[in-house]
Amino acid sequence: MKELAVFIKKEFRHIFRDGRTLLILFGLPVAQVFLFGYAITNEVKDATITVWDQSHDVMSRKLVTKILATDYFKLAGVAENYADISNGFRSGRHMLALVIPPDFARKFQQHEAQVQLLLDASDPNMANLLANYASGIIANFTRQELRYAPSNQIVTEVRMTYNPELKGVFLFVPGVITVILMIVSTLLTSIALTREKELGTMEILLVSPLRPGIIVIGKVLPYLLLSFLNAILILGLGFTVFQMPMAGSMPLLVLELILFIIAALSIGIFISTKTASQQVAMMISLFALMLPTILLSGFIFPIDSMPWPLQWLSNIMPAKFFIIIVKGIMLQGVGLEVLWRETLVILAFILVFTVASIKNFTIRLA
Amino acid sequence: MVEFNHITKKYGPVTGVQGVSFKVNPGELFGLIGPDGAGKTTLFRMLTTLLLPDEGSLSMAGKDVVQDYRFVRSNVGYMPGTFSLYQDLTVAENLNFFATLFGTTVAANYALIEDIYRQIEPYKTRRAGDLSGGMKQKLALSCALIHRPLVLVLDEPTTGVDAVSRKEFWEMLKRLQAGGLTILVSTAYMDEATLCDRVALIQEGRIMQLDTPEQVISGFSRPLYAVKGERIHRLLEFLRQLPQVVSAQPFGDSIHLTLVAEHCLPEVQASILQERPDAVTEAITPTIEDCFMDLMPATHG
Repeated sequence: MKELAVFIKKEFRHIFRDGRTLLILFGLPVAQVFLFGYAITNEVKDATITVWDQSHDVMSRKLVTKILATDYFKLAGVAENYADISNGFRSGRHMLALVIPPDFARKFQQHEAQVQLLLDASDPNMANLLANYASGIIANFTRQELRYAPSNQIVTEVRMTYNPELKGVFLFVPGVITVILMIVSTLLTSIALTREKELGTMEILLVSPLRPGIIVIGKVLPYLLLSFLNAILILGLGFTVFQMPMAGSMPLLVLELILFIIAALSIGIFISTKTASQQVAMMISLFALMLPTILLSGFIFPIDSMPWPLQWLSNIMPAKFFIIIVKGIMLQGVGLEVLWRETLVILAFILVFTVASIKNFTIRLA
Repeated sequence: MVEFNHITKKYGPVTGVQGVSFKVNPGELFGLIGPDGAGKTTLFRMLTTLLLPDEGSLSMAGKDVVQDYRFVRSNVGYMPGTFSLYQDLTVAENLNFFATLFGTTVAANYALIEDIYRQIEPYKTRRAGDLSGGMKQKLALSCALIHRPLVLVLDEPTTGVDAVSRKEFWEMLKRLQAGGLTILVSTAYMDEATLCDRVALIQEGRIMQLDTPEQVISGFSRPLYAVKGERIHRLLEFLRQLPQVVSAQPFGDSIHLTLVAEHCLPEVQASILQERPDAVTEAITPTIEDCFMDLMPATHG
């Protein structure tokens, strides 16, 4: 036990004396949370719009005012013809254009009014999003001004459950926690273990009465603790800065966090048993793990709209299941009665990689 | 104390060590002498349980190294070829760490390492990575000794260390030996061979000769000459094509020469002076390195 304690103490010294490790440990999560929370967002805000109002009557002006009254759109200018509009797209002056044909007010009263929306679909997701927002505002305007819904139309009332304001940050906080834990746990442990091999200290450790199990536990425990602190830090930022809700049980979330960290650590140990240099361990952790974690976990791209081979691949990403768990607990407030399957999958990952690591960990050099 | 018995180790198709057998007596300072890649590190790694031999048996203090690897790990002090301590830990932290790993304390065994550690103790709060080569080596030796091993295994401990520190290091080894420790040391520096009780000259995974350094040198039967002059390489080519020359090997700024027979010397000297009026030829006593060079073609042939 004394050996383990001194080993853990040594490991903490490595971590706290290495600026780069510290930066990855504590700088990266904070930077990522703010990046995803503020900068990288798919919410519409201040989208530039150009208006070509051929009608110039009370109704058309009212419509334009209504659209510009929201946070979503900002007037980029007015146009007099289609050439203006296409020039505007090319120069990046606006992201969409609204064309109101002549005699708008009269046709509006006769329920015959039409408007045209032109969008730059070189970014199809954004174009779709803007079209939906604008159409929504226009439909709203119609209902308000005519004071009744057209009788031949089914009125859809949309309610966004669990995240009524459609805040992207609610998705990103669980995503960032997942990615960070993956980096810290997998990348840093695999590097920390291969570093001992590369610097030759593993040779001395092996030629000591220290049991290999103690070496691995001693290496992993500090990272388990630091990863956990990290997760708490990100959650704290989510609660205080971004007003993340916490609908479910905190103890359950903590338990799941620890399980996921252990899964990531076991993958990190497995990588280190297969590699001899820090470089290779880093490459494997980054490219074989980080990228798929970000791309295939549903963090950024929805899994349901992926082609089936990728959907299938996403099932071997522990991150996918963890994101489902975190969202389930924090946003939907569900418990193990719903999330037991995802939890079992994570336990299975732990089992597979721990067994594989033990089988691969040698008590000798070759 | 240590016994290698027909040990063979292959790395894939490459043979690292081929049928090596030797014994090291208790309290002996035993040297493995050979160039890089000769198999010295492989032999030491097998002895320290890091590698398994493919063939043969290996024992330490009467225990089988493969079966009783736990016994070996508790009783061997090992200093690998590269500096293998934690560079970001201080001198004292490294020493304490290794003492605890072996279930002991620095205080308990201070007497054994005092002689060595005292020299680096003023720097004990300095990080190991910031030490000079000689000091690193003293720290590594202290760490390898802290658990009072039965056998000390040092893999090229003096490589990359300055001449003064090398001399000091060998003096430390002699003192440890006087204390009763069995020491196995490998080196590529031939001059260090004379400081060992017995040496094994090793080349391409085989032992070419095993004896006391004095016996190895006295086994060198032919007279030896040193030729000094400018542009060694050209001179070497010239000497090698002379019919009376058996071997010509470059040794720093001179060439060591052996001849077919002693009476050929005047002819050879004349040829040399004709080619290089400034060259000086003189008779010298052979060193271990000459013996080594002399043995080498035998293994090739």
